[in-house]
Amino acid sequence: MPIFVSDLEQPSALRLQALPITSTLIGSCVGLLPFVSTAPVIPPVGLLMALGWRLLRPELWAAWVALPLGLTDDLISGAPPGTAMTLWTIAFLGIDLVDSRPMWRDHWLDWWIAAVAILFCALGQWAIGAFVAGGGTLWPLIPPTILAILAFPPIARLCAALDRWRLAQ
Amino acid sequence: MAPPRHRNRGFSRRIQYGLFFGYVAAGAGVVVGLALILIARFDPPVFQGIRGLALDATAPITAATRPIVRGTSSVARDIGDYFNAASENGSLRKQLADARRDLIQARVLAFENARLKRTLKLVDGQTQPIVAARIIGSDLSGTRRFATLAAGSADGVAPGQPVRAADGLVGRIAEVGSHAARIVLLTDGGSAVPLRVVRTGEAALGEGRGDGALEVHSTTVGGVGFRRGDLLITSGVGGVYPPDLPVAVVTGTSGEIATARPLAEPAKLDFALVLPQAAAPPPVAPPAGRKRH
Repeated sequence: MPIFVSDLEQPSALRLQALPITSTLIGSCVGLLPFVSTAPVIPPVGLLMALGWRLLRPELWAAWVALPLGLTDDLISGAPPGTAMTLWTIAFLGIDLVDSRPMWRDHWLDWWIAAVAILFCALGQWAIGAFVAGGGTLWPLIPPTILAILAFPPIARLCAALDRWRLAQ
Repeated sequence: MAPPRHRNRGFSRRIQYGLFFGYVAAGAGVVVGLALILIARFDPPVFQGIRGLALDATAPITAATRPIVRGTSSVARDIGDYFNAASENGSLRKQLADARRDLIQARVLAFENARLKRTLKLVDGQTQPIVAARIIGSDLSGTRRFATLAAGSADGVAPGQPVRAADGLVGRIAEVGSHAARIVLLTDGGSAVPLRVVRTGEAALGEGRGDGALEVHSTTVGGVGFRRGDLLITSGVGGVYPPDLPVAVVTGTSGEIATARPLAEPAKLDFALVLPQAAAPPPVAPPAGRKRH
Protein backbone atom coordinates (compact mmCIF):
# COMPACT_ATOMS: atom_id res chain seq x y z
CA MET A 1 0.00 0.00 0.00
CA PRO A 2 2.50 2.63 -1.14
CA ILE A 3 0.78 5.86 -0.23
CA PHE A 4 2.96 8.93 -0.48
CA VAL A 5 2.86 10.94 2.74
CA SER A 6 4.76 14.18 3.00
CA ASP A 7 6.93 14.74 6.03
CA LEU A 8 5.06 17.84 7.03
CA GLU A 9 1.85 15.96 7.76
CA GLN A 10 3.43 13.27 9.93
CA PRO A 11 2.59 13.19 13.63
CA SER A 12 5.50 13.87 15.93
CA ALA A 13 8.19 11.21 16.15
CA LEU A 14 7.71 11.11 19.91
CA ARG A 15 4.11 10.02 19.55
CA LEU A 16 5.00 7.55 16.80
CA GLN A 17 7.68 5.81 18.81
CA ALA A 18 6.65 6.39 22.39
CA LEU A 19 3.05 5.23 22.29
CA PRO A 20 3.67 1.52 21.64
CA ILE A 21 6.42 1.44 24.28
CA THR A 22 4.38 3.37 26.85
CA SER A 23 1.27 1.28 26.35
CA THR A 24 3.29 -1.91 26.81
CA LEU A 25 4.82 -0.56 30.03
CA ILE A 26 1.38 0.39 31.32
CA GLY A 27 0.32 -3.16 30.46
CA SER A 28 3.16 -4.48 32.62
CA CYS A 29 1.93 -2.27 35.46
CA VAL A 30 -1.55 -3.84 35.40
CA GLY A 31 -0.11 -6.56 37.66
CA LEU A 32 0.38 -3.84 40.28
CA LEU A 33 -3.34 -3.39 40.82
CA PRO A 34 -3.87 -3.49 44.53
CA PHE A 35 -5.56 -6.86 44.82
CA VAL A 36 -3.79 -9.38 46.98
CA SER A 37 -4.22 -12.94 45.82
CA THR A 38 -2.78 -16.32 46.64
CA ALA A 39 -3.07 -17.68 43.11
CA PRO A 40 -2.24 -16.08 39.76
CA VAL A 41 -5.43 -14.49 38.39
CA ILE A 42 -4.57 -11.78 35.90
CA PRO A 43 -3.11 -12.53 32.46
CA PRO A 44 0.29 -10.98 31.67
CA VAL A 45 -1.06 -7.80 30.04
CA GLY A 46 2.45 -6.47 29.31
CA LEU A 47 3.23 -9.51 27.18
CA LEU A 48 -0.16 -9.30 25.45
CA MET A 49 0.39 -5.63 24.57
CA ALA A 50 3.89 -6.36 23.26
CA LEU A 51 2.57 -9.24 21.12
CA GLY A 52 -0.33 -7.11 19.93
CA TRP A 53 1.97 -4.34 18.71
CA ARG A 54 4.46 -6.79 17.23
CA LEU A 55 1.83 -8.66 15.20
CA LEU A 56 0.04 -5.49 14.16
CA ARG A 57 3.13 -3.55 13.07
CA PRO A 58 5.98 -5.95 12.23
CA GLU A 59 8.15 -3.10 10.93
CA LEU A 60 7.72 -0.92 14.01
CA TRP A 61 10.26 -2.45 16.36
CA ALA A 62 13.79 -3.75 15.92
CA ALA A 63 14.41 -7.35 16.92
CA TRP A 64 16.02 -6.40 20.24
CA VAL A 65 13.21 -4.23 21.60
CA ALA A 66 11.78 -7.08 23.69
CA LEU A 67 14.95 -6.99 25.82
CA PRO A 68 14.33 -3.66 27.61
CA LEU A 69 10.55 -4.24 27.66
CA GLY A 70 11.01 -7.67 29.21
CA LEU A 71 13.56 -6.45 31.74
CA THR A 72 11.19 -3.68 32.87
CA ASP A 73 8.39 -6.23 33.18
CA ASP A 74 10.66 -8.41 35.34
CA LEU A 75 11.52 -5.52 37.64
CA ILE A 76 7.88 -4.47 37.97
CA SER A 77 6.55 -7.97 38.57
CA GLY A 78 9.34 -9.16 40.86
CA ALA A 79 10.21 -12.14 38.67
CA PRO A 80 13.90 -13.12 38.56
CA PRO A 81 15.59 -10.49 36.32
CA GLY A 82 16.08 -11.93 32.85
CA THR A 83 12.93 -14.06 32.83
CA ALA A 84 10.63 -12.04 30.59
CA MET A 85 13.68 -10.45 28.94
CA THR A 86 14.79 -13.84 27.60
CA LEU A 87 11.38 -15.36 26.95
CA TRP A 88 9.87 -12.35 25.16
CA THR A 89 12.95 -11.96 22.95
CA ILE A 90 12.90 -15.63 21.98
CA ALA A 91 9.16 -15.36 21.26
CA PHE A 92 9.75 -12.25 19.10
CA LEU A 93 12.53 -14.00 17.19
CA GLY A 94 10.14 -16.91 16.63
CA ILE A 95 7.54 -14.51 15.23
CA ASP A 96 10.23 -13.07 12.94
CA LEU A 97 10.85 -16.60 11.71
CA VAL A 98 7.14 -17.04 10.97
CA ASP A 99 7.04 -13.63 9.26
CA SER A 100 9.89 -14.60 6.96
CA ARG A 101 7.68 -17.29 5.38
CA PRO A 102 5.49 -15.79 2.67
CA MET A 103 2.10 -17.14 3.62
CA TRP A 104 -1.37 -15.73 3.88
CA ARG A 105 -2.02 -14.19 7.22
CA ASP A 106 -5.27 -13.35 8.86
CA HIS A 107 -6.56 -12.57 12.31
CA TRP A 108 -6.96 -16.25 13.20
CA LEU A 109 -3.39 -17.13 12.33
CA ASP A 110 -2.16 -14.13 14.35
CA TRP A 111 -4.18 -15.43 17.29
CA TRP A 112 -2.59 -18.86 16.91
CA ILE A 113 0.87 -17.32 16.82
CA ALA A 114 0.10 -15.24 19.91
CA ALA A 115 -1.32 -18.31 21.69
CA VAL A 116 1.87 -20.28 21.07
CA ALA A 117 3.97 -17.32 22.27
CA ILE A 118 1.82 -16.92 25.43
CA LEU A 119 2.05 -20.62 26.18
CA PHE A 120 5.80 -20.58 25.64
CA CYS A 121 6.24 -17.59 27.96
CA ALA A 122 4.00 -19.10 30.66
CA LEU A 123 5.83 -22.43 30.66
CA GLY A 124 9.19 -20.67 30.49
CA GLN A 125 8.30 -18.41 33.40
CA TRP A 126 7.24 -21.40 35.45
CA ALA A 127 10.41 -23.32 34.59
CA ILE A 128 12.70 -20.38 35.39
CA GLY A 129 10.80 -19.69 38.61
CA ALA A 130 11.21 -23.33 39.60
CA PHE A 131 14.92 -23.22 38.70
CA VAL A 132 15.62 -20.04 40.66
CA ALA A 133 13.54 -20.55 43.80
CA GLY A 134 11.85 -23.94 43.59
CA GLY A 135 8.37 -23.92 42.09
CA GLY A 136 5.03 -25.38 42.95
CA THR A 137 2.89 -27.49 40.69
CA LEU A 138 2.11 -26.45 37.15
CA TRP A 139 -1.66 -26.49 37.28
CA PRO A 140 -2.36 -23.10 38.97
CA LEU A 141 -0.84 -21.67 35.79
CA ILE A 142 -3.53 -23.10 33.52
CA PRO A 143 -6.46 -20.69 34.18
CA PRO A 144 -4.48 -17.44 33.72
CA THR A 145 -2.85 -18.84 30.58
CA ILE A 146 -6.20 -19.73 29.01
CA LEU A 147 -7.46 -16.30 30.08
CA ALA A 148 -4.41 -14.70 28.46
CA ILE A 149 -5.05 -16.51 25.17
CA LEU A 150 -8.70 -15.45 25.23
CA ALA A 151 -7.71 -11.89 26.16
CA PHE A 152 -5.41 -11.52 23.16
CA PRO A 153 -8.03 -10.46 20.56
CA PRO A 154 -9.41 -7.57 22.68
CA ILE A 155 -5.85 -6.45 23.48
CA ALA A 156 -5.01 -6.63 19.76
CA ARG A 157 -8.07 -4.46 19.07
CA LEU A 158 -6.86 -2.03 21.72
CA CYS A 159 -3.45 -1.89 20.02
CA ALA A 160 -5.16 -1.26 16.67
CA ALA A 161 -7.23 1.58 18.17
CA LEU A 162 -4.13 3.11 19.73
CA ASP A 163 -2.34 2.68 16.41
CA ARG A 164 -5.08 4.55 14.58
CA TRP A 165 -4.78 7.41 17.04
CA ARG A 166 -0.97 7.25 16.82
CA LEU A 167 -0.99 7.68 13.05
CA ALA A 168 -3.84 10.19 12.96
CA GLN A 169 -3.06 13.79 12.17
CA MET B 1 -4.91 -11.01 3.69
CA ALA B 2 -1.52 -10.75 2.09
CA PRO B 3 1.64 -11.45 4.06
CA PRO B 4 2.53 -8.51 6.28
CA ARG B 5 5.04 -5.92 5.26
CA HIS B 6 8.18 -7.01 6.96
CA ARG B 7 11.39 -5.37 7.98
CA ASN B 8 13.27 -7.61 5.53
CA ARG B 9 11.62 -6.12 2.45
CA GLY B 10 14.29 -3.70 1.33
CA PHE B 11 17.41 -3.54 -0.73
CA SER B 12 19.19 -0.71 1.01
CA ARG B 13 22.51 -1.88 2.39
CA ARG B 14 22.12 0.42 5.40
CA ILE B 15 18.74 -1.07 6.32
CA GLN B 16 20.06 -4.59 5.88
CA TYR B 17 22.97 -3.87 8.22
CA GLY B 18 20.58 -2.35 10.71
CA LEU B 19 18.43 -5.50 10.65
CA PHE B 20 21.45 -7.71 11.05
CA PHE B 21 22.60 -5.65 14.03
CA GLY B 22 19.11 -5.98 15.51
CA TYR B 23 19.28 -9.77 15.39
CA VAL B 24 22.81 -9.84 16.81
CA ALA B 25 21.68 -7.58 19.67
CA ALA B 26 18.63 -9.76 20.32
CA GLY B 27 20.77 -12.92 20.39
CA ALA B 28 23.31 -11.31 22.71
CA GLY B 29 20.45 -10.06 24.89
CA VAL B 30 19.07 -13.59 25.26
CA VAL B 31 22.51 -14.77 26.39
CA VAL B 32 22.72 -11.88 28.88
CA GLY B 33 19.20 -12.72 30.10
CA LEU B 34 20.14 -16.35 30.70
CA ALA B 35 23.25 -15.16 32.56
CA LEU B 36 21.04 -12.94 34.74
CA ILE B 37 18.83 -15.94 35.55
CA LEU B 38 21.88 -17.99 36.51
CA ILE B 39 23.10 -15.15 38.73
CA ALA B 40 19.64 -14.88 40.31
CA ARG B 41 19.84 -18.60 41.02
CA PHE B 42 23.33 -18.78 42.46
CA ASP B 43 23.97 -15.30 43.86
CA PRO B 44 20.61 -13.65 44.62
CA PRO B 45 21.92 -10.64 46.64
CA VAL B 46 23.43 -9.13 43.46
CA PHE B 47 20.06 -7.78 42.31
CA GLN B 48 18.85 -6.59 45.69
CA GLY B 49 19.64 -2.93 45.01
CA ILE B 50 18.00 -2.57 41.62
CA ARG B 51 14.97 -4.66 42.58
CA GLY B 52 14.55 -2.66 45.77
CA LEU B 53 14.54 0.52 43.66
CA ALA B 54 11.92 -0.91 41.32
CA LEU B 55 9.84 -1.92 44.33
CA ASP B 56 10.03 1.59 45.81
CA ALA B 57 9.07 3.09 42.46
CA THR B 58 5.99 0.93 41.92
CA ALA B 59 4.67 0.68 45.48
CA PRO B 60 2.97 4.15 45.48
CA ILE B 61 0.79 3.16 42.48
CA THR B 62 -0.53 0.18 44.38
CA ALA B 63 -0.85 2.02 47.68
CA ALA B 64 -2.82 4.88 46.16
CA THR B 65 -5.46 2.69 44.52
CA ARG B 66 -5.83 0.10 47.27
CA PRO B 67 -8.61 1.87 49.28
CA ILE B 68 -10.81 2.12 46.17
CA VAL B 69 -10.55 -1.59 45.53
CA ARG B 70 -11.19 -2.49 49.14
CA GLY B 71 -14.30 -0.32 49.04
CA THR B 72 -15.78 -1.90 45.93
CA SER B 73 -14.91 -5.50 46.73
CA SER B 74 -16.93 -5.54 49.93
CA VAL B 75 -20.16 -4.08 48.49
CA ALA B 76 -21.62 -7.43 47.39
CA ARG B 77 -20.92 -8.96 50.77
CA ASP B 78 -22.48 -6.01 52.59
CA ILE B 79 -25.73 -6.41 50.64
CA GLY B 80 -25.84 -10.13 51.47
CA ASP B 81 -25.24 -9.34 55.15
CA TYR B 82 -28.24 -7.04 55.21
CA PHE B 83 -30.62 -9.83 54.19
CA ASN B 84 -29.10 -12.44 56.49
CA ALA B 85 -28.94 -10.12 59.47
CA ALA B 86 -31.60 -11.76 61.64
CA SER B 87 -30.49 -15.38 61.35
CA GLU B 88 -26.83 -14.37 61.54
CA ASN B 89 -27.51 -12.39 64.70
CA GLY B 90 -28.85 -15.48 66.44
CA SER B 91 -25.98 -17.72 65.48
CA LEU B 92 -23.42 -15.05 66.35
CA ARG B 93 -24.97 -14.61 69.81
CA LYS B 94 -24.57 -18.36 70.37
CA GLN B 95 -20.99 -18.31 69.08
CA LEU B 96 -20.18 -15.39 71.35
CA ALA B 97 -21.42 -17.24 74.42
CA ASP B 98 -19.30 -20.27 73.47
CA ALA B 99 -16.29 -18.09 72.80
CA ARG B 100 -16.63 -16.34 76.15
CA ARG B 101 -16.55 -19.69 78.00
CA ASP B 102 -13.48 -20.73 75.95
CA LEU B 103 -11.83 -17.39 76.65
CA ILE B 104 -12.18 -17.79 80.41
CA GLN B 105 -10.74 -21.30 80.12
CA ALA B 106 -7.89 -19.96 77.97
CA ARG B 107 -7.09 -17.23 80.52
CA VAL B 108 -6.88 -19.82 83.27
CA LEU B 109 -4.59 -21.95 81.11
CA ALA B 110 -2.42 -18.97 80.17
CA PHE B 111 -1.96 -18.10 83.82
CA GLU B 112 -1.11 -21.69 84.66
CA ASN B 113 1.26 -21.88 81.68
CA ALA B 114 3.12 -18.76 82.78
CA ARG B 115 3.39 -20.12 86.33
CA LEU B 116 4.76 -23.48 85.10
CA LYS B 117 7.26 -21.75 82.83
CA ARG B 118 8.45 -19.65 85.74
CA THR B 119 8.96 -22.73 87.90
CA LEU B 120 10.92 -24.41 85.08
CA LYS B 121 12.87 -21.19 84.43
CA LEU B 122 12.08 -21.49 80.71
CA VAL B 123 13.28 -18.54 78.70
CA ASP B 124 10.70 -17.36 76.25
CA GLY B 125 11.88 -15.69 73.07
CA GLN B 126 9.03 -13.20 73.15
CA THR B 127 10.16 -10.20 71.16
CA GLN B 128 8.54 -7.02 70.00
CA PRO B 129 7.57 -6.75 66.33
CA ILE B 130 9.87 -4.53 64.29
CA VAL B 131 7.12 -2.68 62.50
CA ALA B 132 3.41 -2.92 61.72
CA ALA B 133 2.64 -1.99 58.13
CA ARG B 134 -0.05 -2.17 55.52
CA ILE B 135 -0.06 -4.91 52.91
CA ILE B 136 -0.70 -2.98 49.73
CA GLY B 137 -0.73 -5.47 46.89
CA SER B 138 0.58 -8.61 45.37
CA ASP B 139 1.96 -9.91 42.13
CA LEU B 140 -1.17 -11.00 40.30
CA SER B 141 0.11 -12.60 37.14
CA GLY B 142 3.42 -14.28 37.87
CA THR B 143 3.97 -17.83 39.01
CA ARG B 144 5.54 -16.77 42.31
CA ARG B 145 3.31 -15.64 45.16
CA PHE B 146 4.48 -12.29 46.48
CA ALA B 147 2.77 -9.52 48.42
CA THR B 148 3.98 -5.96 48.83
CA LEU B 149 4.37 -4.40 52.26
CA ALA B 150 4.40 -0.64 52.81
CA ALA B 151 7.56 -0.64 54.95
CA GLY B 152 11.17 -1.04 53.91
CA SER B 153 14.73 -0.93 55.13
CA ALA B 154 14.13 2.60 56.47
CA ASP B 155 11.77 1.00 59.01
CA GLY B 156 14.22 -1.74 59.94
CA VAL B 157 12.83 -4.43 57.66
CA ALA B 158 15.42 -6.87 56.32
CA PRO B 159 15.22 -9.94 54.08
CA GLY B 160 14.43 -13.16 55.92
CA GLN B 161 12.26 -11.68 58.65
CA PRO B 162 8.95 -13.47 59.29
CA VAL B 163 5.69 -11.59 58.78
CA ARG B 164 2.50 -12.32 60.67
CA ALA B 165 -1.00 -10.96 60.76
CA ALA B 166 -3.57 -11.16 63.52
CA ASP B 167 -4.83 -14.51 62.25
CA GLY B 168 -1.49 -16.19 61.70
CA LEU B 169 1.75 -16.39 59.78
CA VAL B 170 1.81 -14.66 56.39
CA GLY B 171 5.28 -15.39 55.06
CA ARG B 172 8.72 -13.89 55.14
CA ILE B 173 10.46 -10.88 53.65
CA ALA B 174 12.11 -11.62 50.32
CA GLU B 175 13.52 -8.27 49.28
CA VAL B 176 13.42 -4.74 50.56
CA GLY B 177 13.40 -1.29 49.06
CA SER B 178 13.80 1.68 51.34
CA HIS B 179 10.02 2.20 51.75
CA ALA B 180 8.52 -1.06 50.51
CA ALA B 181 9.25 -4.74 50.86
CA ARG B 182 8.22 -7.88 49.05
CA ILE B 183 6.85 -10.78 51.11
CA VAL B 184 7.11 -14.38 49.93
CA LEU B 185 3.74 -15.77 50.94
CA LEU B 186 3.49 -19.17 52.64
CA THR B 187 1.74 -20.47 49.55
CA ASP B 188 4.64 -19.61 47.22
CA GLY B 189 6.24 -22.62 45.60
CA GLY B 190 9.61 -21.72 47.12
CA SER B 191 8.40 -21.41 50.70
CA ALA B 192 8.75 -24.10 53.39
CA VAL B 193 7.79 -23.77 57.06
CA PRO B 194 8.58 -26.24 59.87
CA LEU B 195 5.26 -26.96 61.57
CA ARG B 196 3.76 -28.81 64.47
CA VAL B 197 0.33 -30.42 64.59
CA VAL B 198 -1.42 -29.09 67.69
CA ARG B 199 -3.55 -32.21 68.24
CA THR B 200 -0.66 -34.70 68.22
CA GLY B 201 2.45 -32.59 68.69
CA GLU B 202 4.00 -34.21 65.62
CA ALA B 203 6.47 -32.30 63.48
CA ALA B 204 5.63 -31.52 59.87
CA LEU B 205 6.85 -29.44 56.99
CA GLY B 206 4.51 -27.12 55.07
CA GLU B 207 5.44 -26.31 51.49
CA GLY B 208 3.65 -23.81 49.26
CA ARG B 209 1.88 -25.10 46.18
CA GLY B 210 1.49 -21.78 44.40
CA ASP B 211 -2.32 -22.03 44.25
CA GLY B 212 -3.35 -20.71 47.64
CA ALA B 213 -2.81 -23.92 49.60
CA LEU B 214 -0.01 -25.60 51.50
CA GLU B 215 1.18 -29.17 51.10
CA VAL B 216 2.02 -30.58 54.52
CA HIS B 217 4.42 -33.52 54.85
CA SER B 218 4.74 -35.37 58.12
CA THR B 219 8.35 -35.56 59.28
CA THR B 220 7.54 -37.97 62.10
CA VAL B 221 8.08 -41.61 61.10
CA GLY B 222 5.13 -43.86 61.96
CA GLY B 223 3.12 -41.02 63.42
CA VAL B 224 -0.62 -40.68 63.84
CA GLY B 225 -0.90 -38.62 60.68
CA PHE B 226 -3.21 -35.75 59.87
CA ARG B 227 -6.94 -35.32 60.21
CA ARG B 228 -9.19 -32.76 58.60
CA GLY B 229 -9.42 -29.67 60.77
CA ASP B 230 -6.04 -30.11 62.44
CA LEU B 231 -4.49 -26.81 63.47
CA LEU B 232 -0.87 -26.33 62.39
CA ILE B 233 1.48 -23.98 64.25
CA THR B 234 5.12 -23.10 63.68
CA SER B 235 7.52 -25.36 65.55
CA GLY B 236 10.40 -22.86 65.63
CA VAL B 237 12.80 -25.49 64.28
CA GLY B 238 15.49 -23.93 62.14
CA GLY B 239 15.19 -20.58 63.84
CA VAL B 240 13.61 -18.54 61.06
CA TYR B 241 10.02 -18.48 62.27
CA PRO B 242 9.29 -18.00 65.96
CA PRO B 243 7.53 -20.98 67.59
CA ASP B 244 3.79 -21.30 68.25
CA LEU B 245 2.43 -18.95 65.60
CA PRO B 246 -0.81 -20.26 64.10
CA VAL B 247 -0.24 -21.11 60.44
CA ALA B 248 -2.88 -23.20 58.73
CA VAL B 249 -5.76 -25.65 59.03
CA VAL B 250 -5.71 -29.06 57.35
CA THR B 251 -8.42 -29.25 54.70
CA GLY B 252 -7.74 -32.65 53.18
CA THR B 253 -5.48 -35.64 53.66
CA SER B 254 -4.07 -38.36 51.48
CA GLY B 255 -1.83 -40.72 53.39
CA GLU B 256 1.20 -38.99 54.86
CA ILE B 257 0.54 -35.79 52.93
CA ALA B 258 -2.12 -33.23 53.76
CA THR B 259 -3.42 -30.08 52.14
CA ALA B 260 -3.81 -27.07 54.37
CA ARG B 261 -5.23 -23.57 53.99
CA PRO B 262 -3.40 -20.65 55.62
CA LEU B 263 -5.27 -18.96 58.46
CA ALA B 264 -4.15 -15.48 57.47
CA GLU B 265 -5.73 -14.97 54.09
CA PRO B 266 -3.59 -12.36 52.31
CA ALA B 267 -6.54 -11.23 50.19
CA LYS B 268 -8.28 -9.93 53.30
CA LEU B 269 -5.25 -8.63 55.17
CA ASP B 270 -4.92 -4.99 56.07
CA PHE B 271 -1.95 -4.89 58.36
CA ALA B 272 0.90 -7.23 59.05
CA LEU B 273 3.60 -7.33 61.72
CA VAL B 274 7.21 -7.85 60.78
CA LEU B 275 8.92 -9.90 63.47
CA PRO B 276 12.65 -10.16 64.11
CA GLN B 277 14.22 -13.36 62.89
CA ALA B 278 13.95 -15.91 65.70
CA ALA B 279 17.65 -16.73 65.47
CA ALA B 280 19.86 -15.27 62.77
CA PRO B 281 21.21 -18.01 60.50
CA PRO B 282 24.98 -18.49 60.64
CA PRO B 283 26.71 -16.13 58.22
CA VAL B 284 27.64 -17.66 54.90
CA ALA B 285 31.40 -18.13 54.61
CA PRO B 286 32.61 -16.05 51.68
CA PRO B 287 34.07 -18.15 48.88
CA ALA B 288 37.85 -17.99 48.73
CA GLY B 289 39.32 -15.37 46.40
CA ARG B 290 36.15 -13.35 46.10
CA LYS B 291 35.05 -10.19 47.76
CA ARG B 292 31.45 -9.90 48.83
CA HIS B 293 29.87 -6.62 49.83
